[in-house]
Formats: sequence, C-alpha cells, structure tokens
Amino acid sequence: MLDKIGIAKRIAQEVRNGMYINLGIGIPTLVANYIPPSINVVLQSENGLLGIGPFPTEDLVDPDLINAGKQTITMMPGSALFSSADSFGMIRGGKVNLTILGAMEVSENGDIANWKVPGKMVKGMGGAMDLVASAQNIIVAMQHCSKDGASKLLKKCSLPITGLNCVKKIVSDLAVLDVLPTGGFKLLERAPGVTVDQIKNATEGKLIIEGEIPEMILA
Amino acid sequence: MAKHIFMIDKRVANAIEATHDIPNGAKLMIGGFGLCGIPENCIAAILQKGITGLTCISNNAGVDDFGIGLLLKTKQVKKMISSYVGENAEFERQLLSGELEVELIPQGTLAERVRAGGAGIPAFFTPAGVGTEVADGKETRVFDGKTYLMERWLRADFSIVKAWKGDTSGNLVYKGTARNFNPMMATAGTITIAEVEELVEVGQLDPNHIHTPGIFVHRIFQGSNYEKRIEQRTISNSVIR
Repeated sequence: MLDKIGIAKRIAQEVRNGMYINLGIGIPTLVANYIPPSINVVLQSENGLLGIGPFPTEDLVDPDLINAGKQTITMMPGSALFSSADSFGMIRGGKVNLTILGAMEVSENGDIANWKVPGKMVKGMGGAMDLVASAQNIIVAMQHCSKDGASKLLKKCSLPITGLNCVKKIVSDLAVLDVLPTGGFKLLERAPGVTVDQIKNATEGKLIIEGEIPEMILA
Repeated sequence: MAKHIFMIDKRVANAIEATHDIPNGAKLMIGGFGLCGIPENCIAAILQKGITGLTCISNNAGVDDFGIGLLLKTKQVKKMISSYVGENAEFERQLLSGELEVELIPQGTLAERVRAGGAGIPAFFTPAGVGTEVADGKETRVFDGKTYLMERWLRADFSIVKAWKGDTSGNLVYKGTARNFNPMMATAGTITIAEVEELVEVGQLDPNHIHTPGIFVHRIFQGSNYEKRIEQRTISNSVIR
C-alpha cells in the first residue's frame, strides 16, 4: 500500500518533459518534489503565476507571492504573472497539459466528485470545476476506499459531481488505473504488497484486468 | 495634437473619502485572492462606518479576523458571491444559521463573469459546471460537439481594488500574485475605487507597464499601514503539507 508520498512519487512518473502542469492542493502539491531534475516542466498556479519555484527562505518571504493553497512561494527564472481571467483563459483554452487533483469519488465513466459533502460545511469548488471541464489530461490522486472501507471507485458517484467524463488516470494507495473512454477502470499496476484480489474487493465500479498485473516500481 | 497636458485627477485623501457614498445594501466587488491583494484600507473604512446589507463579490471571504472576515463578524454582509469560502469559522456559523446568503461560483467562471461585466458582454458559454448543480436552471448549448453552460455577466455598484502603484489619473500596476481578481474587478464597477501602496504623479509610470488603464478607475488614494497578513507561511526547509 502507498502512503501519500508514495502516491506523489508514482504520479511524478507520469510527468513528461515540456508539460505545463496544474497541481491541486494536498497530495498533488507533493508531486512537485519528485519530478526528476532532468525533466523540465512549468507549474501553473491558478491565482496567476506560471513557473512556481520552491518555498522561500525566511528572508525571501513575500506576502504578494502565494500559490492557490495560499502558501508563500517563489518564482523561477522565466516566470510570468497574470490575472485570474487570463489564468482560467489558459486553463479553459486547453493550454495546461496536465492537471493533478484529489477526489472523494470517481465513477467508471470518469466523472469526479471532490467539492461537496451534503450536510457538511461547503467550502466551495474553487477552480476545480474549470480545471476538470477543460484539462487535456487529468490524473487523480486518491484513497481507494473510505476510512470505513467503502469503495471510492464507483459505478456512479454518490456525491455532487465536479465534472463529467474527465478523469483519465487514477493513482490510489492500492493501484494505478486508467479510466477507459468506453467506461471501466483498467488495472495497470498494483501498489507494493497489494494483490489483485484486494483491488477487486476495493473497487465497486467495473474493473478490467487483462493478463499479469505488475507491481509498480518506485524509485 | 493637443497643446496642453490633459489628465483627470482622481485622487482622494483616504479610504474614508473614497468610500463615503457607499450606501447600505450596496453591491461591492472586492479584489484579492485569500488575503493577497485585498484593499485593506477600504475594508477598514467600511467596517468603521458600519455600512450594512452588503453583497460582496470576492473570490474568498477572508479569515475570521482579517479581510472580509472583519465585515462578516459585524454582520455587515448580507450575501457573499465567491468560489471558495473555507478558513472562516464565523462565516460557517452564519451560513449554517441562515443569517448569510452564499452563491458559490467556479473560480474561472467568476473571473470571466466579472471580466464580461466590465467588457460589455452580457453572457457567455463555458464548459465549467456542466452536469453539476452549478448548471441547475441555466441554459446549455452544444458547440462543435461539446456542451457548454451559459453564464451571465457580473457588475457592481462599487468595485474596490488594491494595486501596488498607481498614478493620479488612475493607471494601475500590480505586484506578484496580488494581481488576481483586481484587474477585472476594476473594469466592472459603476464606481471603481483603487487603493495603492505608492501613488505617483502622471508621467512617472511607464505606459508600457500599465496593467489597468486609468479609464476604469474613478477614485485613487495611497493607502497606509498595510499588514499583508500571510495565511500559510511556508519556508523552504518546511515540509509541504
């Protein structure tokens, strides 16, 4: 089974040279730490920055420079600043190659629910609906099951939807799966020490298993 | 060619003067993302004057004791129109008790609705929110095989923005990610108020570097005592959460 760091490390393997990437809050933000230095990418922050750098040292903290999680950050050589309208223009315009975000539920046709739990405090969708409606490629980082053991990879989402037919790939604590355009979760890799049967039991939606399923390799 | 220099002087003394005619029940746009790039001086003036029944269009609702959170605490806000309203316990209490109305809008849709308001575009189509509860009651149309949602423009009685530098004719320059919603909001107010960290005379800002042209700004003043509170202070040797 993967912990949060493991999920982030595995997702980092999906990153390709030259990509513009938007990272959501939580595990997706951790992915930046595991992108190999040989791969050049530009990280987009939807509050108006291309080229997110590392967190600042104490002397470089600037309250006018934060990421979408409101954390203080720095810029990279070649960074660009812009308005929120321009930011979502590049998102809806399909210029951001990869979006990595968290999810509470994903359905077998790629619907995602990650913004609202009825009966609980609703904090809002932020930029998630814009991102999932437009990104070329969406990878979801999530726990395969809830704390009480219920599957979060479902036939149909039970929580309010964030976007339809948009998730392309899932990296969970148990597995790597593609969401096929024709529907269904195609099992690609098992997390270290996890069996195919465990993944079957943890997946409520249609699970497609073809041949031997390799264990994932983490650096 | 004009023989004289024509420039409209929009400077006012301070936030109190800039906000003097905001009535109870006004619809306001307030710039900023989180606590970054918020008009601290004008928020303080509205708080001090006790204007009530406000509708606030702002990406976030501040925190309990700063930003728009200050106006929530004193119950001056009737309705928030935002994309994300976490980090605010008083907000949560008022929302659950029904004292406060809230309209949640996808962030890109919010940005574009404000931009459209300023640009004279009454409606547009976006893919964000299709198939979700955001689409309830809204027109959808298919363009080139994909479904889009019609969204209306947003405009305000007063738009209140914060910039880094400005000149007396209202030209504005923003700094860092404090730009965020400020440029669009500056265009969408019947009256637009800009507070800046440094107010200079006309001619001192490079026209090549102006982010918001002065035509959109009606009142400008140099703010003071900026706190610029940081919500998540993260430094390079800290662990990312």
